Amino acid sequence: MRQDHLISAAHLSREDIEAVLDRAAEIDDDTAAFRQRHAGKVLGLCFFEPSTRTRMSFDTAMKRLGGQTVDMGPVESSSVKKGETLADTVRVVEGYADALVLRHPSEGAATMAAEFVDVPLVNAGDGAGQHPSQTLLDLYTIRENAGLDDLTIGIMGDLKYGRTVHSLAEALTNFDASQHFISPESLRLPRNVRYDLHASGAQVKEHTELDEVLPELDVLYVTRIQRERFPDENEYRKVAGQYQIDAETLKAASDDLTVMHPLPRVDEISPDIDDTDHATYFEQAHNGIPVRMALLDILLSQADD
Amino acid sequence: MTDDHQLRVSKIQNGTVIDHVAAGQALNVLAILGIDGTSGEAVSVGMNVPSDRLGRKDIVKVEGRELSQSEVDVISLIAPAASINIVRDYDVIEKNRVVRPDVVTGIISCPNRNCITNADEPITSRFTVLSDGVRCDYCESIVREDEVAANLDVN
Repeated sequence: MRQDHLISAAHLSREDIEAVLDRAAEIDDDTAAFRQRHAGKVLGLCFFEPSTRTRMSFDTAMKRLGGQTVDMGPVESSSVKKGETLADTVRVVEGYADALVLRHPSEGAATMAAEFVDVPLVNAGDGAGQHPSQTLLDLYTIRENAGLDDLTIGIMGDLKYGRTVHSLAEALTNFDASQHFISPESLRLPRNVRYDLHASGAQVKEHTELDEVLPELDVLYVTRIQRERFPDENEYRKVAGQYQIDAETLKAASDDLTVMHPLPRVDEISPDIDDTDHATYFEQAHNGIPVRMALLDILLSQADD
Repeated sequence: MTDDHQLRVSKIQNGTVIDHVAAGQALNVLAILGIDGTSGEAVSVGMNVPSDRLGRKDIVKVEGRELSQSEVDVISLIAPAASINIVRDYDVIEKNRVVRPDVVTGIISCPNRNCITNADEPITSRFTVLSDGVRCDYCESIVREDEVAANLDVN
């Protein structure tokens, strides 16, 4: 990767992505070879909103590289509660760590934070903006299961506020991928993501019904429709049921369809899919470790140069 | 013909004539300049005046004031065909077309209330100029040309 930070998938070239995925595959093959790779290094974990998988996988990834982590802990017990700005927080933690991982509820928080620090900074989710490290593990999973070129992918659910969707859609423009977006009208992709997809010349189609496209798909990436985003509970109820899938739904799909989800799921993927060959979401979550190890390895090694 | 039409609004002795403003944008130009009639500046406004170049245009004449570059930058976003004429002793001594900048800083508020620029952080808003609007450098929200005026932060 050529940049010091990972802020947005829009900044990733195909070469950048392949460098991380190839390194992750090396790590997957021989994790022990990387065990002392960054001994003595410290990763600062700055999570301003709740997270389980992302926080734990960065923590685990750093430790499996031989390093350690420092965690600012819950916002309620940090200096943020006293009114400290994000700019000050990251400048302070920069003094303790060799790299930072930031999750924040505001869009653009990682872009701003990166202006205040010299150590590598990874955006682990900024509001409804971007979540590029999730995208790298998503791409790794897609590459393993369906390949990244000549790919037909459906992305379904909350496309408006789903940061994993925004990052994935933008990253896929580097590949020969046909992207189908399935959502209620009220949760379509935001204007800026559609602008980027159009500008890149990506093959994109938007749908309101999954059955319009399901048989064509190699991958179906499902996200949770977030009830809390709807001002009216009735409006939520109208659309929520349409975007749930179960084994019956997948009878119309290719036998090779890979079903993914960034998790946590609620009811959008029925448990009766879990034991089918389609289910890839737990493998996808496990891939967070080698991929984040690869990402940290590359960023920390670059910072040493 | 243009001069005749410009005479529909009175000549000024010293100040600025902002000509070839897209029809309907004159009041937004006044907003950019922070002119609301309370500060005593003499201002003439022509709206929907016939124009060879634009079909219809607005004209704003401000007595006793020359514009800052940041004001001109914002005017260029809502009126990309505008020209800025500096008048001294009733003569136009300088006439320049506005040039759209690559980036505008500190003069537009991001309409995304959840953007970090709207939090209490030590940063200034910054937008990259697109062909038909601007884009927040932080949250990446796009503000279309016809929405810029509603998000001005110049007063």
